[in-house]
Amino acid sequence: MAQTYRSQLIDPLVDDNPITLQVLGICSALAVTSSMQVALVMSIAVTLVTGFSSMFISMLRNQIPSSIRIIVQMVVIASLVILVDQVLKAYAYEISKTLSVFVGLIITNCIVMGRAEAFAMKNPPIASFIDGVGNGLGYGLLLMVVAVVRELFGSGSLFGITILETVNNGGWYVPNGLLLLPPSAFFVIGLIIWAVRTWKPEQVEEREYKIQTVEGH
Amino acid sequence: MEGLISLAVKAVFIENLALSFFLGMCTFLAVSKKISTAMGLGISVMVVQALTVPANNLILTKLLAPGALAWAGFPDVDLTFLGLISYIGVIAALVQILEMVLDKYFPPLYNALGVYLPLITVNCAIMGGSLFMVERGYNFAESATYGLSSGFGWALAITAMAGVREKLKYSDIPDGLQGLGITFITAGLMAMAFMSFSGVKL
Repeated sequence: MAQTYRSQLIDPLVDDNPITLQVLGICSALAVTSSMQVALVMSIAVTLVTGFSSMFISMLRNQIPSSIRIIVQMVVIASLVILVDQVLKAYAYEISKTLSVFVGLIITNCIVMGRAEAFAMKNPPIASFIDGVGNGLGYGLLLMVVAVVRELFGSGSLFGITILETVNNGGWYVPNGLLLLPPSAFFVIGLIIWAVRTWKPEQVEEREYKIQTVEGH
Repeated sequence: MEGLISLAVKAVFIENLALSFFLGMCTFLAVSKKISTAMGLGISVMVVQALTVPANNLILTKLLAPGALAWAGFPDVDLTFLGLISYIGVIAALVQILEMVLDKYFPPLYNALGVYLPLITVNCAIMGGSLFMVERGYNFAESATYGLSSGFGWALAITAMAGVREKLKYSDIPDGLQGLGITFITAGLMAMAFMSFSGVKL
């Protein structure tokens, strides 16, 4: 096997990040990042679901007829998500309320389906498990970065612990209210993509139209 | 009736699935390069959404909710934990049926929309619509209205996005922002524009 387990785990973090490069799983990345605690729970949930669903689908890959594979994958993923949902409702009810529909939406999170379809259908269980966990971690990493920016500058705290004393509480920091609103997540991710692609220029996309200087003027 | 109209306006503008809940973002960003394809996908989402939300509402009230199975002689059964798997099953099945019906009876429509239909099963906007319906406890009429109008809102958003991107490809964007980066920022600006509807009350 060309890829080692280590590179399978590390690559999705930056070089092949599911969000910034593969454009997968963006829906939930934007909605749950206004506080770090919620983002952390979401990352853990997605990592577990991606890892285990890849493993189970890979175990079944020789039995699944290709015409109904999407439905079989859905059933495996949905069962795992129901497990996560029930565990959260039992042990972290507050967080499960904040995440509301987004736990259920892990089912349609394209990372899970995408890795199942692209990797787990062709590879043995252990490799698929590691690939799933790696992609889950890549997703989690980006989620946490966005959450740090939004929570630190939006409400002056990290994990709910005050870091920058806000003006309302007698401190000096004027919180940036925009960062608590949904659109800011788009800007933060857009800027992160810019930063990553400046660091790793091979990820830059080709232009559809080249701008050329016109001679003779 | 008034309540339904207000619900519809709210679902299209104020609580737009794409721009204020970020549902269906993957397809929203991937398929918004051309207006014609974006519109095709938008219409398919609207049709599927208008069918699945009321269908899931029936499943919930007649089969899954606590006491819903009383007609079959099981008044104490609570199957709500099976919700997620049933909704996605309904969505997958409906998309498949819709595809077959279109193929058989409306071939021109099938040729136009057929390629997008498989994409829709995994579109979070569809699943999200059903989950919001459950969470907010809509009745059947409300869920039918909500399904149609939230689908319309999504279609509106992706068509507008495609319009912006068609113009944007001629502009001189910094290398690192090219493609995905600038798309995100455009979507952010559009989401902000849609937020200005949030004061509207009917």
